[in-house]
Amino acid sequence: MAQKTMIQAITEALEQEMERDQDILVFGEDVGKNGGVFRATAGLQEKFGEERVSDTPLAESGIGGMAIGLALQGFRPVPEIQFIGFIFEVLDSIAGQAARTRYRMSGTRSLPITIRMPFGGGVHTPEMHSDNLEGLMTQSPGLKVVIPSNPYDAKGLLISALRDNDPVVFIEHMKLYRSFRDEVPEESYTIPLGKAAISREGKDVSVITYGAMVREALKAADDLEKEGISVEIVDLRTVSPLDIETIIASVEKTGRVVVVQEAQRQAGVGAMVMSEIAERAVLSLEAPIGRVAAPDTVFPFGLAESAWLPNAADIADKIKEVYNF
Amino acid sequence: MANKKQPVDFEALLSTVDAAFPMVQILDKDGKVVNKDIMPDLSDDKLVELMEKMVWSRILHERSMALARQGRLGFYAPTAGQEASQMASYFAFEKEDELFPGYRDIPQLIQHGLPVYKAFLWSRGHAEGSQYPEDLHAMPPQIIIGAQIIQAAGAGIGLKKRGKPNVAFTYTGDGGSSQGDFYEGINFAGAYKAPVVFFIQNNGYAISTPRHKQTAATTLAQKAVAAGIPGIQVDGMDPLAVYAVTKQAREWAIAGNGPVLIETVTSRFGPHSTSGDDPTRYRDQESFDYWEQRDPLIRFRNFLTEKGLWSEEKEQALIEQTQEEIKASAKEADQVPKQKVSDFLKNMYEEPTQVIKEQIATFEAKENK
Repeated sequence: MAQKTMIQAITEALEQEMERDQDILVFGEDVGKNGGVFRATAGLQEKFGEERVSDTPLAESGIGGMAIGLALQGFRPVPEIQFIGFIFEVLDSIAGQAARTRYRMSGTRSLPITIRMPFGGGVHTPEMHSDNLEGLMTQSPGLKVVIPSNPYDAKGLLISALRDNDPVVFIEHMKLYRSFRDEVPEESYTIPLGKAAISREGKDVSVITYGAMVREALKAADDLEKEGISVEIVDLRTVSPLDIETIIASVEKTGRVVVVQEAQRQAGVGAMVMSEIAERAVLSLEAPIGRVAAPDTVFPFGLAESAWLPNAADIADKIKEVYNF
Repeated sequence: MANKKQPVDFEALLSTVDAAFPMVQILDKDGKVVNKDIMPDLSDDKLVELMEKMVWSRILHERSMALARQGRLGFYAPTAGQEASQMASYFAFEKEDELFPGYRDIPQLIQHGLPVYKAFLWSRGHAEGSQYPEDLHAMPPQIIIGAQIIQAAGAGIGLKKRGKPNVAFTYTGDGGSSQGDFYEGINFAGAYKAPVVFFIQNNGYAISTPRHKQTAATTLAQKAVAAGIPGIQVDGMDPLAVYAVTKQAREWAIAGNGPVLIETVTSRFGPHSTSGDDPTRYRDQESFDYWEQRDPLIRFRNFLTEKGLWSEEKEQALIEQTQEEIKASAKEADQVPKQKVSDFLKNMYEEPTQVIKEQIATFEAKENK
C-alpha cells in the first residue's frame, strides 16, 4: 500500500471510477489541461479526452445547469466548483433544482451529480474562497453532503458519491489536501455515505466532529490521554444525512459530549448534532453538551485565520470543562 | 483639435448591429403573404394541423381561465396571443427533442406528451402533475426564470455526446433574457457547439415591466451576437414565419453548427397570471387593440380560408371537441387520489435516511387514521 495525500486519493478515485463507468463526466473551471487549481483532476483529460473532461466557460451557474442537463441525458456529471465561496452563484442549481428533482417528479427522474468543491481555513486564500458553507447545503433535503477528514476516507467516500443516484455535495478541506499522507489502497473501495467513523475509541468524553477538526480533536485527545482523560472521536464523514445511530451510541457510552465544527457557531451542523442528542439521549448526559466553533463573524481575513479557527487547544479546554462538570 | 477624428464611430457601431436583426415575416396581419420566397414547405394537411393546434391552444387557454375562476385550477399563466409563438415553434420539433419549458409553456408541454389532466394537476399543486413517464422528453415547467436555459444547454451538450439526432429547446420571456442564466446558457451551448434552440417569447411585459425597461438593446435577438451564435427576430404573431425559422434553426443545430436564439415578437392578451394580476394597471387600451389586430388566429384563419382549407364550421366543430376533451381532463384530475406527505418523504432520496424513515412512520400513522 502506498502513502498518498488526500488530493492524490481524490484523483485516484476519479480516475478509477471514470475507467469503470463511461458516463462519468468531469468538468469545471480549469479542470482540463491544468488539472484543476489544486490538481485534483490532473491527468484526467489526457487519459480520457476532452469529451469526458472539459474546461467550461467561467460561470458557476452555467456549470450547475450543465450538470443537470447532462444528468437528464443519463450521464453522471462531476462538476468542480473552484472554491466553495463561489457556490452562491450556483446555489439555485444545487439546492433549488438538483436537490428537489426526485421529489418534484415523484421519483421518475434522479440526478446522480457529484459536485466537488474545496473549502476550509488555514491556507490563507483571498477572501470568499474558504468559507465553511456546509450548513447551507445541509439545509436542503435531497442533497447528501460529504466532508472527508483524511486521504483513505476521501477515496472511499468519493467512489460512493460517484455511484450514488442522488446529488452529492463533496466538500474537500484545502488544508487537508497535502498536509499529511495516509495508507491508501491501490484498488477501488467504498465507504458508505451517511455512516460516521469512530476515529478513536475512548470512554470519558465523546467529541463529535468532521473535516479538518478531526485532526485537531485527535491532537487534543493525545494530550488529554496524558492527563488520564479518555476521549472518543466520532468523525461524521457525511454531515447530511447524519449518522444518528453512531452519535447516540457514543453519547450513551461516555455520557459527556463536545461538538466541534470549524464553521461559525450559528445554526449549522454542530447545532443539528446537539439537538439530535438533546432529543434522543438527554438522559444519558452527565454534563451539558460542550461546543467548539468559530465565532459568528464572516470567515476571517487571511492573516487572522489562526486567531479565528478553532484548534486542538480550544477543543482540549472544552473537553476538560465537560469532563470536570 | 476641432477636426480631430474620434477613434470609433459609436453611432455606427450601434446601427450596424440593429440593422442585422430585421423581423422575419411571411404573413402580414391580415394573412397576406409578404415574403413567399421563404414560405415553409408544408402540405395542406400540415397547414390545417397547425391551425388546429393554435385553435386548440386558444381554447385550452379560455377553459383554463374559466377553471381558474371556478377555483378548479391553481396557478395559470395565460397564453392567448402567443399561439403562433408557442404552437408554430413547437410544430418544428420531434418527440425525442428535449423540452425545457417555462411556466407559460403548458401548451407545448401537452403537445409533447403531457396529458392535459396532469397539466391541470401541476397547476393545482399536485405531485402527480410532474410525475412524467420515462418517454416524455421534457422537464416540468420551470419557475426560476432562466434556470431552464442553462439546463437546456446541458441537455444539448449531452445529446451531442450521445450522438442523438435531436435537439434541446427551451422558452423564456423578454424578462428572462435579462437573467444571468440566459447569458450563461446561450454561451455554454455556443462554447460546446451544442444542439439547442433557445426561444425568447417577447410578449412585451415581464409581469408589468415593459420590454424597453429590460435592456438598452434594440432587439433581444442581438444578444446572440456576444455568444457567437445566430440570433433571429421573427414576427411572433405569424405562424408561418415562426415555423420556418424554427425548422431551419433545428436543422442548423442538428447538423453540428451549435445553438440558435430566436426572439418571437408576440403579445399576451391577458394578465400575467390568474393570481391577481390586472394588466390595465400597466397597459393602455391602445396596446391591447394594436396586438389584438395582430392575433395569429386571425391572420392564419384568413390565409387558410383564402386557400379553401378552413371554414367557420370546421373551427366550431374543433372548438366543441376541444372543450369536451378539456372538460373530461378536468374531471380526470378531480379523480386523482389526495397526496400523502409520506410519499413526498419517500421521494427525497433513493433510500430514505434514518430521520426520514422516522417521519414516514409518523405521517403514515396519521394518514391511516
